[in-house]
This record gives sequence, C-alpha cells and structure tokens, in this order.
Amino acid sequence: MSFLELTGVQKHFGLTVAVENFNLVAGRGEFVSFLGPSGCGKTTTLRMIAGFETPTAGTILLDGADITYRPPNQRNVGMVFQSYALFPNMSVGDNVGFGLRVRKRPADQIRKRVQELLELVHLSDKLARYPYQLSGGQQQRVALARALAFEPQVLLLDEPLSALDAKIRVTLRHEIRAIQRQLGITTVYVTHDQEEALSLSDRVVVMSEGRIEQIGTPFEVYNFPTTGFVASFVGTLNVLPALVVDPGAGRLSVGGQQIRISRPVSARTGSTLSLALRPEMVSIGEGPAGSNVVRGSVVDVSFLGSIVRIRIGIAEGVNVTLDVFNEPTLILPKLEEAITISFPAEGPLVLESVPVIDTDALVAEV
Amino acid sequence: MSTGWSGPPFGPIGVMRSWLKPRPGSGDRKRRRSSLVAWVILILGVFYFLLPLVATLEFSLRPKPTTLAYTNVLADPKFGGSLLYSFTIGIITIIVSLSIILPTAFWVRLKVPRLRPVVEFVTLVPFIIPAVILVFGIIRVYSRKPFVFTATEFGSDALLVAAYVVLSFPYMYRAVDTGLASIDVRSLTEAAQSLGAGWTRIILRVILPNLRTALLSGAFLTLAIVIGEYTIASFLARNDQFGVYLSLLGQNKAFEPAAVSLISFGLTWLAMIVIALIGRGTRDRIQITGAR
Repeated sequence: MSFLELTGVQKHFGLTVAVENFNLVAGRGEFVSFLGPSGCGKTTTLRMIAGFETPTAGTILLDGADITYRPPNQRNVGMVFQSYALFPNMSVGDNVGFGLRVRKRPADQIRKRVQELLELVHLSDKLARYPYQLSGGQQQRVALARALAFEPQVLLLDEPLSALDAKIRVTLRHEIRAIQRQLGITTVYVTHDQEEALSLSDRVVVMSEGRIEQIGTPFEVYNFPTTGFVASFVGTLNVLPALVVDPGAGRLSVGGQQIRISRPVSARTGSTLSLALRPEMVSIGEGPAGSNVVRGSVVDVSFLGSIVRIRIGIAEGVNVTLDVFNEPTLILPKLEEAITISFPAEGPLVLESVPVIDTDALVAEV
Repeated sequence: MSTGWSGPPFGPIGVMRSWLKPRPGSGDRKRRRSSLVAWVILILGVFYFLLPLVATLEFSLRPKPTTLAYTNVLADPKFGGSLLYSFTIGIITIIVSLSIILPTAFWVRLKVPRLRPVVEFVTLVPFIIPAVILVFGIIRVYSRKPFVFTATEFGSDALLVAAYVVLSFPYMYRAVDTGLASIDVRSLTEAAQSLGAGWTRIILRVILPNLRTALLSGAFLTLAIVIGEYTIASFLARNDQFGVYLSLLGQNKAFEPAAVSLISFGLTWLAMIVIALIGRGTRDRIQITGAR
C-alpha cells in the first residue's frame, strides 16, 4: 500500500528544468534510493519531500495527506544532511532531544528517548559531548539519532556518507540499513554511489537530467537496465555496436563476428543497435556448448585486488572488458596475445538508447 | 586545540612576518635586515598609539595631588549620570539594532543572497552622510506635525536611539554577517525546520547562540560609538550624553577631560576583554564542527 506518493512532480528554476514529471509510490517501511550523477535532480526531489523546495507542479502525498505545500516544520519528516548540520552550541543529548523539545514532550520522556536513540547508534557514552568533540562518523550517527528521535513518518538522507572515509562509509551504511529495518521506517536515500544504492535499497530510482530513467529492485536495475543510461551508470558495462543479421533468431554481428542473443530483436535486418554486456558475463575460453565465442587480442590488464580486469579488442575500436577472480594460481594473459572469449546468449541486452559514455573504450565504468 | 587556521599567525608581528618573509635562497644578512625593519615598524606603531595616551595620562596627573583630576571626576554626579545615561541609550540601541539587523542579515543570507551587495551598500550610507546632516534631517522631520518627537524628553531619547541605530548599522551588519558566514546557516536552519522548529525558535535557539562572539563584537562597537558620540546628542539637546558631558567639561576644566578620556578608554578596553573572555571556546566549537 502506498505511503509516500509523488505524482507528476516538477521543479523549474527559471528556465532550467531540475525535475521533470517525477512519479513514485513508496510503501510503508520501504527503503528507496535516488541514484544518479550530480545535477540529475535527486537532491531537489528529496528537498521537495522535505518541504525545502516547492514543486512547480504535481502533488506529494504522505500517508494519504497532501503535504505538497505544507511548511517543512509541519511535515513530520526527519532529515539527515551530508554536512551533518548538528547544532554546534548544543551537546549531543540536546541535539538529539531538540525535536522532542520543540514538540513539548515531558523532560523525563525526552531523557529516556535520547538515551534510547544514542544506544541505537552506539553513542550512549557521548551524551554530554559537543559535536566538535566527535569524529565525522560519530557526528553523522548523532544526526541520524536526532532525525529519528521524534518518530518521523519518513526518514530522508541526503548523501549522508559522502563526507566520510571509505571504511566508515561501509560500516555506517550497514548500520543505517539495520536501524531502518529495526524501526521499519519509510526511508528515501539520495546518493551518487551505485554500490551504496544497490546494497541498501529495496528499490532504486535511477535519475538523469531531472527524469526517472528506471525504478526497480537493485537486482532488476543491475541485471535488466531498461535504458542505455542505467546500463552505463549502474555497474561496469561493455556497450557494443551491433549489426542486425537475423532479427527473429536474435543473430547479430559484433565487430564482424556473429553472435546470438536469447531474445528476438525488433529492429530490421541491416540496422544497427547497441548491446550491453556485463564484464562478469564474459569468460576466457570457448565456454559451454551454445555460448557465443568471440576472438580478439588483449589490450589491457588491470589488477584490482579481488578481481583482474582484462580488456580485449575484438575489432577496430570495439573492446570487451571481462573480470576474472584473482587467485594465486591465476595465469594472466600478456598484452597483444590472441585470446578467445565467450558469453551466454542471455548475456547481452539490447539497449533502448545509446548511453552517453566513453565511446573510445566503449566501456562504461562508474 | 586547532582552529583550522593554516595561514600566518595573527597580530602585527605575524602579519609583518608574512610580509617580510624572505624569498628562498636569500642570505642571512637579508633576513636580519628584514627582521630589523619589522621591529622598527612595530616600535613606530606602538609609539604612534601609545604616545597620545601617555601624554594624556601625564597631563591628567599634573595637578597636586596627582590624583586630583580623577577624584574630581569620580566625585562629580554628572560623570556617573552621563555614563549611566549613555550606557542605557547604548543598550537600547544594541537591542533595537540587533532586532532589525539579525533577522535581515539572516534572511538575506538564507533566501535572497543576490541582495547582499545591495544591503552592504545601504550599510555604507552612514559613512557617506555626515552626522550633522542626519541630525538636521531628523529634527526637520520629527519636530513638526504629525510626528512631534522633539517636544518631549522621551521623544528626543527615541530619536537619539534611532539615529544611533543608523550610525551603528555598518558595524553591526558586518559583525552579524561575518558571524553568519562562519556557520552553515542554510543546513542548520533546514535541520531545525525538519525537526519541527519555527522561525523564532530557529533564530533564538539555533542561530543566535552560534553568533555570540560576532554579536558581542557588534554590540561593543555600537556601545563605543554611542558613548563617544557628540554631534547628534548635542543637536538633540541630550546634555546627559557622555560625549556632550565630556565636551562641556573641556570648556570649563583643564585636567578633568584628560582623566575622563582615560577612564572611558579603560572602560572600552574592559569591554573588549569581556568579549574575548565570553567568546572564548565558542569559536572552536563553531569552526571545527561539520563535514571534515
């Protein structure tokens, strides 16, 4: 059942369209992420839910009530900011209890709730500290506790982990998800980090240039991107130009080598289209029977720790990148060595539109 | 505790050090000469500021016994009375000034940052229009119907406060604006709003406490202006004003004005020390917090 509903929401700043026809229905307790590059309108949309921006058109419903034009302080929406926004003049306890004091809750109730929230974020011993006495991760935990203390209907997080270092980011990410599950609070999370969005969310809204490109579960968005942008933005992707040979049989030509995909193609014979192929779908060697087999030469080998990324040129200007798990016995191919690679017919996806990517390498890495 | 400052040290010596920093490769002799020039400039500066004070002190101590000018001043009820009057007018000016400027500067920074240059220009008006023009304008407008303010003591006091609010505008606005620049006004305001706070609570509980040092600086500058002001108070016949009292005293007595000047100078310094003491600690809290 819908709990947070955005219908036809638009935001214009003068002649600039920041958000265009945004439609989303989030269920109670759902964790939804807005994922996209800078300037795609994700933060503007979040700010419209919070009430800091007024939509140019459209409606925002929260639990059935129209909050489109309601002031932010009357929305009952908790927000966590990228810059933490803790009140420097107040102790941790006072920061967390601020929303409760605004609501004129009894002092003992406030004290109890503050303690409860600080235990939830593992900072119960920091009650009397001031924000400047805490690390970045601790400050963001306090900000999370503060946003949750007054039991908001929706929790909004605006790139809350961007200012933190990589290790703390991962730890806090898991904590945020655990707390959200424990409290069952509907959450909207804004990020440009695909790993964050995929690992945290029930559903991901991928945005580009103010528009929704795709809404789906992390699995759907990663494995079945519906647009070229989603395919290129989420994960690492090979985008291959292909010539249609036999649309009914799904036969195509990539760099002069014939392949077959598992579904028929709607395009005409002789037309060109773009194929998306994830590196993990490709393996070295001829593979099992029925696999697409392509030959080329090694262009580049990159060691990335747990995996080794190999780029193979299969024709002039057409490269395929594949990932191999690192292991001590792994024998890496040499540069310019002739190599055979294969991938299943289910691997390539036909893209609706060609993504804006590094066309030179024809590999989109995010 | 670090305040995040990575530039040259504060104060005249620090500034001079950064000016006179030798270029890489220059010799010891060059460095010594630079250091000597810095010391000469510093000593000249100290003399420039201290000599008049020392001369005033020496002059005020000439009567026999030496403390006579001071005992006379302190025994004069008009001294305490004028000081109290000026302090009262100063405090009222600060309150009125803050209640106008704080919300204005806050709103400009938060909602219409494009208007900042316009507001900054307006704040310079008191520097352009001389006090005597300002007071004549005030008297001309407010001594005839429908606004007859000059006919009563209270009305004249109100006009005096209004004029001082205008005079202190550049100092108070800049102090408040600098304070607002040192905190993330937008995020703090939005955080407070999302927690349910209204505008009054946001200004009083979130913004104001974080501007303590800036507000104190503005307040004491205003107080210093009010205490020493003569032209407007004189034309509005506010003879209880400390500046006017000082001027009248100078016409009748020789040594006492020097003593009063030094006492008022001491009071101003005391005020500055109070700022430093009250503002201590707040600065670190505000500068260090936030995304790192």
